[in-house]
Order: sequence, then C-alpha cells, then structure tokens
Amino acid sequence: MSTFLQQLINGISLGAIYALIALGYTMVYGILRLINFAHGDVYMVGAFMGYYLAGGIGIRGAQMLMGNPDSNIFGRILAHGLLGGGVLQPSLITALVIMLLAMAICAAVGVIIERLAYRPVRKYSRLTALITAIGVSLLLENGGQVVFGADPKFFPELFQKRNLDLFGGASINTADIAVLVIAFALMIFLQLIVFRTKTGRAMRAVSFNLNSAKLMGINTDRIISFTFALGSAMAAAAGVLVAIRIPRIDPLMGILVGLKAFVAAVLGGIGNIPGAVLGGFLIGITETMVAGYLSSTYKDAVAFAILILILLFRPSGLLGSTVQEKV
Amino acid sequence: MSRYIRNLIITLAVLVVLYGLNFVFAGRMISPYFSRILMLCGIAITMAVSLNLINGFTGQFSIGHAGFMAVGAYSSAYFSVNYGVRIAAALGDGTLGWIVALLIATLVGATCAAIAGLVVGVPSLRLKGDYLAIVTLGFGQIIVVFLNNIEAIGGARGYSGIPIVKSVFWIFLIAILTIVVVYNIVHSAFGRALISIREDELAAEAMGINTTRYKVMAFVISSAMAGAGGVLLAHFDGYLNPKSFEFIKSFEILIMIILGGLGSIVGSVLGAILLTILPEALRGFAQYRMVIYSLLLIVLMITRPQGLLGNTDAFKKWRARRRTKRDGETPVANSPAATKKEKG
Repeated sequence: MSTFLQQLINGISLGAIYALIALGYTMVYGILRLINFAHGDVYMVGAFMGYYLAGGIGIRGAQMLMGNPDSNIFGRILAHGLLGGGVLQPSLITALVIMLLAMAICAAVGVIIERLAYRPVRKYSRLTALITAIGVSLLLENGGQVVFGADPKFFPELFQKRNLDLFGGASINTADIAVLVIAFALMIFLQLIVFRTKTGRAMRAVSFNLNSAKLMGINTDRIISFTFALGSAMAAAAGVLVAIRIPRIDPLMGILVGLKAFVAAVLGGIGNIPGAVLGGFLIGITETMVAGYLSSTYKDAVAFAILILILLFRPSGLLGSTVQEKV
Repeated sequence: MSRYIRNLIITLAVLVVLYGLNFVFAGRMISPYFSRILMLCGIAITMAVSLNLINGFTGQFSIGHAGFMAVGAYSSAYFSVNYGVRIAAALGDGTLGWIVALLIATLVGATCAAIAGLVVGVPSLRLKGDYLAIVTLGFGQIIVVFLNNIEAIGGARGYSGIPIVKSVFWIFLIAILTIVVVYNIVHSAFGRALISIREDELAAEAMGINTTRYKVMAFVISSAMAGAGGVLLAHFDGYLNPKSFEFIKSFEILIMIILGGLGSIVGSVLGAILLTILPEALRGFAQYRMVIYSLLLIVLMITRPQGLLGNTDAFKKWRARRRTKRDGETPVANSPAATKKEKG
C-alpha cells in the first residue's frame, strides 16, 4: 500500500511536469497544426536558464560538475555572480523569482524561434514546417552542447528540501509539493488566459479557423507569437521544476521528456488544453507505476504503447472531438 | 533489341562494374576513410529510397523507419552469428560460402522487417497525417526499448561479434536493387494507385482503390527494403547498438528524402549522399559541426521547401521533354501534392 501511495505521489509529480510541457505542444498544434519538436528543447533551455540565474544571483551550489568555470561567459556568471554574489538566500521566493525569469527568457526564445524559423515556412506544406521544427530542435540540442557544455550540471538547491511523512509509510518531498502547487497554479492561469481574456478568445478563434479569424480582424501573427510565448514559458517552468526535483540537467534532457509530453498531448486529444493535462498525468502515473511494479527498463515503452492503443481505438484522443472528413 | 535482352545486358554490366569496384576498394587503392563513407552512402540510399516509397509516393507520413532497419539488422545479425557462420563454413568459408550466407541473412532480415512492417502497418495505417507519424514514431521507440531488453542480442550493451562483410559490391547491389524496385513500382499500375492515394485519398477510394490494402502493401515493401538496409549496417561494423536506431535516425532518413524532394528517386539518392557526406565535410568545424548542420537544414527549408528535386524526377522530366519534342504535345504537369497547402 505504501509503495502504491509512494508511486502515486511520484507519478502525479512527474505527470504535472509532463502536463506543463504538453500544454505548449497542444496549444501550438491547435493553432498551427504543427508538431513543434523544438518544444522539448525549450524546456531544456528553461532548466539551464534557471541554473544560470541561480548562479547569477549568487546561490551557492550552482557550480559546474566538471570543467573550468571560467571557460565561458556562463561559467563566469556562475562562479562570480552577476551582482557580486550572495544577494538572495535560497528560499521558496527565490525559487519563484528564478522560475519566473526563466519563463520570461524562454517566452522570448519561443517567440524568436517562431519569428525566424516557423513564420517563413508557414505558407508551405506542413511537412516543411515539421522538418524545420526538427531542425530547430537539433539546433537547440547541439547549440546547447556548445554553449552550455555537453557534461551534465548539478542544479543548486533553491530552497530547503525536506521529506514529510504521510500515513501508510509513504513520504512526500517538499519539492514535490512545490512542483504540484506551482504546476496547478500555472495551469489555472493558462485556463484563465485562454477562456477569460480577449487574447484567449482570439487564440481560440485562430485555432478554430485561421483564415476566418484573420477576416474578423484578428492579428493572427501576434496571436501565434503570443501562443509560442505562453507555451515556451510553461515549458521553462517545467524545466526549472524538474531541476528542483531531480537536480541534474544536460543539453539533451529535453528529447525524451519532450517526446513523452507530446505523447501526453496526443493522448488527451491534441489541440485540447484539459486533454493535455489529463494526458500528462496519465503518462506520468502509468510510467512510475510500471517502473515501480514491473520493470524500469520498459517504462519508456509504456507511454508509446498507451498512445498506440488509444489512437487505434479513439484516434482523436481521450478528450478530442472527431472531425468528419469532408470532400 | 528486345526489352529483356537489353535489361539482361544492363544487369550484367552493373554486376561487372560493381564487382570491379569491389576489387578497387578491397585493394586499398582508395583510402579506407573514403571507401567507408562511400559504403555508408550506399546504405543511406537504400534507406532513403525505401522511405520515399511510403512517404513520397504514397503520401503516408511515417517516421519510424529506423525501427524496421533495426529489426532487419538485428534479425540478420542473429542469423549470421548463429547459422550464417556455419553455412559459410560448410561451403568452404570462401567467397561463395559468404555470398550464400549473406544472401540468406539478407532474406531473413528483409522478411523479419516486412513482418514487423505488416504488424505495425495494419493497425496504424488507418490513421492519417500527424497521428500516423506519431504512431510510427511510437512503434519505432518500442522496438528500440525491446532491443535494449533482449539479452540474447546483447541488450543495451550492443550486439558484437557479427561477421563483418564490408563490400562495395554487396552494399551497392542492394541499393541499386532498391532503386530499381521502387522505380518499377512507381511506374506500374500499383504505383499509380499509390500516387492517387497521395493526391487524394477519398477520390482514390471512390475510384475503387482499396486504399488500406495498397497502403499496407507499400508499407510492407518499404519496411522490407529498410530491413535489407539494416542487414548491410549489421555486417558493416560487426557491431550494433539499439541507440543507433532511436528516432533521431528516422529523422535523419526523413530529412534525406525531404531535402532531396519528396516523390523523387533521384532526389532521395542525392539527399542520402549529401546528408552522409555533409557531417563529414563539416568535421573541420569540430564542435560547431552539428550546429551548422541544423542551421543549414532550417535555411534550406525556408529557401527551398520542396527539396532539391521536389516532385520532379530529373530523368522523367528529361524523357517528357524528349517526347514533347517528338510528338509536339505538352506533358501532363506533375501535381505538386507534397508542396500543396492543406485545405481549411
């Protein structure tokens, strides 16, 4: 029982992270019908931004695992601090500030990617856009290895982590609680933006029909940029949260996580925001359950197996609506 | 001269040239580095042209090609290690013995990959577009996870000790065979059915084409050829690792055919050669190599989205022009479906 509870907690925590990333996939797909393969790498960039920001404001422990800190500009920022070091002490507020800054940076990264890479190919076929997305993904991964260094980095402890005992012998880490609370807050925030604001209404209109939305006077380019900013910010938040939970980051960390988050988005019905959240939690929980009860070596196959089963029996995903094909 | 005699002569000439090349390369007249890249080009051509059959001509977006390559590679490697060596030994361990052993290994690999293609294709080809892409990607990843967990073929450590048969002859024989098979398919009634599915699936169905059956058939053939490509790779270095068949590999093959132009065999060959040589040519840039590579890819997609030879087979165009000159009629334009914008 305690194992089950423990796995459930881990699964929900992991699922929240998948859900945050899946939101970006699903929003971009909903609007552009584009599988943004670079999204998982934006998540990686988010984690690294958190890492350098933590170093920049002088949190101890943000050192490179290997290599000379003076070897590149980031290393120097890290070793000496942007503001001379020791400005902020590790606390939950610091963690939040770092996360928000990382989100802002990644939102800008997302907008730049859209502007420079995706917008020029938007008028071509979707396949072209997809290959461009793969290209951007490769660029971020390989560029990340050059800029950040290929070796894994150790993420500093942004706040004191403690294990809290629960009933039944399970325990929950304060990091997991923070991940859950922040993730839920972000999801509610997103829900409010999409369903309660004028921009959100425009987003929904664009995802319904881009050309009609344009005819209604919506500046679709701006809405698309905004969507990318929003999705990338969510991915950055996920990146920082993951790094708080499992403090080991490297430039290729986004590949598999991104893929699974995408699977989560398809599982819930791609283009559907509550679906992405549902899919994220489903994948996260199933994965930890399989790792806990069956075999951790097969856990990577599970996400895809579920996906295939769902798609075969309900091709539009769990919450997606079926679109009738018209001639 | 009758068609058959002409084809026979061409076949013999190709075999002789390949066999001759084999001696040139075996004789170390050409640097091993260069011959290695050339052989990798041959394997890449096999993979790209076979993927083009399903992605370019049938219009079904599959991104799990590396999975079928893995099935072919591993099954043939298992065969070679356990039986192929014995077959070769029984036939005197000479050239003849290895030709027979490798031939059977190729058949085994291609058959296993075809079966995998059938198992994957039957359920997933009911899906369209992005969903099909994701399902094939998922199957590709599942294959890799299984390879990682089967101890008999080395698991995550990789499978070593596979007999090495590095020959230009063999690799390019398979590559040329793939090209010929795909070319003939595309220029047959079967191929026209596939192209009609690409152009408009609903209309094709209305014309009485059993679209699912044709799609599955194309998928199985494509998988079998990918399996043959895997066989070549398995016997190339004598070592296989599940990591080399991750979805990145599938993307690589996909990029080859899109770079060359979807629905163009010449383009696929060109794309395969280009993308095999490019990373090598960029070696001088050391750590920036892959950054430049990905940047080039993005720039190329922005500047030339239909690929280098998108939907225009250079050869076909040349023939059409010749026919136009002769008959004075305009050739029917190739509908550029792959570059067409999605409706709605």
